[in-house]
Amino acid sequence: MGLLSDPTRRRALISLLTRLNAPICVVCYMAGVAWFMGLAFEPFTLRTYMSENAMGSTMVEERFPAGERALATGREFSAHKKRVGGMPVDWLVKTMQARGLEVFTQRFSRTLPFPDEDKERYMVKGTNVYGILRAPRAPRTEALVLSAPCSPGDHNNQAVGLLLGLASYFRNQIFWAKDIIFLVNEHDLIGMQAWLEGYHHTNTTGMDWSPLQGRAGSIQAALSLELSSDVVTSLDLILEGLNGQLPNLDLANLFYAFCQKIGVLCTIQGKLQRNDWDSVSGYSHAVQTMMLMVLKQASGRPWGDHGLFLRYHIEAATVRGINSFRPYKTDCTTVGRLLEGMYRKLNNLLERLHQSYFFYLMPSLSHFVSIGYYMPAFGLLAAILLLRALDLWVQLSAAPQRDEDGVTDVEQTAPGVLSILTPLVISHLTGAALYSLPVRFQDVAVEHFPVSETEAVVLTAIAIYTAGLALPHNTQRLLSGEGTEQGWKVLKLLALLYLAVLLGCTALINFSLGFILALSLVPVAAFVTPHIPKLLSAVVLVLLSPACTLLFAVFFFHELQETPVSFHEGWLLYLSVISQGILDHCLYGSLLFPLAALLLYPCWLLFWNILFWK
Amino acid sequence: MAAPLTLLLVVAVTIRAALFRSSLAELIADRVEVVSPISAWKRVIEGLALLDLGVSPYSGDVFHETPLIIYLFHFVVDYAEITFMLADVITAVALYIAVKDVFLLFQSRKQKFALEADRYPMDCLELMRSPTEMYYIPLKVAMFYLLNPFTILSCVAKSTCGLNNAVFSLFFLTTIKGNMLLSAIFLCLATYQSIYPLTLCAPAMLYLMQRQYVPVNVRRASFWWFVAQYLFMYLGSLFVLVGLSFFLLGSWDYLPSVYGFILSVPDLTPNIGLFWYFFAEMFEHFRLFFLCVFQINVFFYTLPLSIKLKDHPVFLIFMQLAVISIFKSYPTVGDIALYMAFLPVWSHLHRFLRNIFLVSCVLLACSALFPVLWHLWIYAGSANSNFYYAITLLFNVAQILLVSDYFYAFLRREHHLTYGLYLKRKDGSEATLVLK
Repeated sequence: MGLLSDPTRRRALISLLTRLNAPICVVCYMAGVAWFMGLAFEPFTLRTYMSENAMGSTMVEERFPAGERALATGREFSAHKKRVGGMPVDWLVKTMQARGLEVFTQRFSRTLPFPDEDKERYMVKGTNVYGILRAPRAPRTEALVLSAPCSPGDHNNQAVGLLLGLASYFRNQIFWAKDIIFLVNEHDLIGMQAWLEGYHHTNTTGMDWSPLQGRAGSIQAALSLELSSDVVTSLDLILEGLNGQLPNLDLANLFYAFCQKIGVLCTIQGKLQRNDWDSVSGYSHAVQTMMLMVLKQASGRPWGDHGLFLRYHIEAATVRGINSFRPYKTDCTTVGRLLEGMYRKLNNLLERLHQSYFFYLMPSLSHFVSIGYYMPAFGLLAAILLLRALDLWVQLSAAPQRDEDGVTDVEQTAPGVLSILTPLVISHLTGAALYSLPVRFQDVAVEHFPVSETEAVVLTAIAIYTAGLALPHNTQRLLSGEGTEQGWKVLKLLALLYLAVLLGCTALINFSLGFILALSLVPVAAFVTPHIPKLLSAVVLVLLSPACTLLFAVFFFHELQETPVSFHEGWLLYLSVISQGILDHCLYGSLLFPLAALLLYPCWLLFWNILFWK
Repeated sequence: MAAPLTLLLVVAVTIRAALFRSSLAELIADRVEVVSPISAWKRVIEGLALLDLGVSPYSGDVFHETPLIIYLFHFVVDYAEITFMLADVITAVALYIAVKDVFLLFQSRKQKFALEADRYPMDCLELMRSPTEMYYIPLKVAMFYLLNPFTILSCVAKSTCGLNNAVFSLFFLTTIKGNMLLSAIFLCLATYQSIYPLTLCAPAMLYLMQRQYVPVNVRRASFWWFVAQYLFMYLGSLFVLVGLSFFLLGSWDYLPSVYGFILSVPDLTPNIGLFWYFFAEMFEHFRLFFLCVFQINVFFYTLPLSIKLKDHPVFLIFMQLAVISIFKSYPTVGDIALYMAFLPVWSHLHRFLRNIFLVSCVLLACSALFPVLWHLWIYAGSANSNFYYAITLLFNVAQILLVSDYFYAFLRREHHLTYGLYLKRKDGSEATLVLK
């Protein structure tokens, strides 16, 4: 408390912070970036380890034998799917019943706010089929889920076959203490959303679904299976869920442990793990893996069918089989044994997975970075905002002391309120327009321009975004006349604190998003004043705006995935990413679009406003 | 001045009415920061339903408001939204009128000072407020109350805290107007609602004594006579209220259920206060001891503060309010909004405040982090109660810093008024004041 009450020491500290403000900010930024890049360096990370005792020490023996039969079932499923031209509900019900499960179906329908051009769907109607294997050994208060999506075309038939194979095998085992639900969901995430809402009696997105006829206990964990070939070279684990939520790290550990035990190649973000962390290429490999995870998490969309489980406090992941040109293949029986082992360990759980971390980044499957290690990187960036705010505060509070006249002070600040409130209100109204208009006025846009609905929505959003750049600073000049020197400082102080709180909250919920936004917005926030060269800084400001950050992220993501795209392709991808973002918000309640439109964009507009302060 | 106030009231009521109609109202009504187990509207509804069924509303451990509140809503439950908006308006108007009166008094006293100007060093003139500055302060007070997001949230959630604030503001108004009987009655009503305003007895008596030129001197009989008079009115009306509640309900059920609930803190639902985490973690056999320690905190500061601030009862009221809202057992943001409404009154202290930037940053950040960490703890399941409590702790530390900062600034201004603004050491160099 000495610092808070001793005036000399306070003065010394504050003068140090204001005198060296710019260098300290630069150092903080560099340190933040360096810290973040250092996270992927293996000696700085922790090795994963199983925290949950119930899954750690017990041994299980995997005996699943029927991989070939599962593949045959998969082919049968594929034939029926082709014949019906969609989900073969009757066949699935019959097959599941024949395997001794309690089978139920759920119908759902949903009209999208605008057509989804990526997946070519608009009015979605479908059926989920699920069978419950009742636990023979326990009072059926808890359940596990194994799901496989029924995808269009030839995809995922093997996954459904393996699911049915596992169901008939599990049926004959006597040690299940939890109900196991085998779910085949249609229309991937939409079906999953309907099923989860039906299971938990909630309706958050206004979808139509028929209530579930049969339920099991509270779901403890879930795996979603995606297999599109008879043999796989490796299994990929997908963790990122809705709004950047991740399952408990123990689920990843469990998968990794069984892959090691059974000898299956396993990847995360499609990247194999390498042992040469001390070489440059090994380090850059780890950085790539981590950056992919950061970008995926930042996007806030579910990257597999498991993504929606996380919202209901159910630990879930997607396991995807990958068949590449590697010579060494793993057959379906081995994958089945792996899943059997995982389910038997999950079956041993006494309470929900909670021992291990929920906030982590993974530079490889065997190493992770926990929240305590990555938060300082963000903290260093956020500190810049607070330092700048402190600097402005000192300037502002020092100003009135120089002119020692109380009356003029009041007159100086009185119009200040209006000139500060105006940009705040206008930028937020622009944000609200950006949020609500694109979907609402798609019909009007389609009528007047030769574009499809999807294009209309995306282009309206971009148009409003661009129009917002012209609007606020003009109206502000119009309404409140001459802005004072103090005016912009107060506005900037407010904007800085606003951004700091906003980024802080974002980083807590979704670190990756918060960090990426901080990377691009913090420099803008730190350097912008009305007295810098207008044109150059306007260009920089636009380049570092949220929309451009998204554009760069799209290119960067494809670069990291080693599928570089040309500028035109990138632009098309960018448009589809925007439409997907809006759809994700309408369908599943992803928060990225409202966050960007209602809070981030207005906040950025405030800085734009300061640049053009007159 | 009536026109801006009317405009302000219209704006405030419009915001509230719009929020009542929106889907946000339900969300806000469930926030633990906004409603406490005592003030939650859901619980009042439950109490009303029990009352209608002819069962004691206090059976079942859900309802903890006072009998008068439930009988009030028994009649106006259909107009609940209007009642809560009205309560906010009453609070704001009462504060407005009261603060205006306070300043009239200040001014008359300043004229008195002007007569004996030699008592004050010349350089202190800049510490005095000009009439133009003072002119807007009552309006600012009303604005700080009505447009404070905390008040708006509290009103939209229909937290009965708004009614308590209205009762307090009427107490404040009647005290400032010098009406002893009404002041005692409203103070008693406030006490009846939540016990803690008991500590406001001291500032109320000090203020009334000052107004009626009764010397604050324990050796004088007139002092004791005045105290006896006030306490008689206060306890008398308290007796009437308690008796009335008994006759309304026909049982003493409400005493343990309301006051026992406030004092023994059985409900450990998380809130922005300091109690819940501490008592959830504690071993049962220490509970009584720490309960006493925590509860005494609220009452403990009354005596020293009253002695130190006996010439400034209005500031004392502000301090007491802040202490109550920080240390009470089920605080909500509505309580904080009440003492924050007084901040513009002390705008002349701003030059002496030291941590206001830090404190306002922390308060701002904490207010935003409350819902975020709640979400992570309860819905996402990825954080836990420690995260939430850390923010609660930070929030309360910031509040305590804020209040102590104002206290220090007030004392420092007083010091400068007697010793001059630019202090010199004995050797002529510039001196600094250090708080040790």
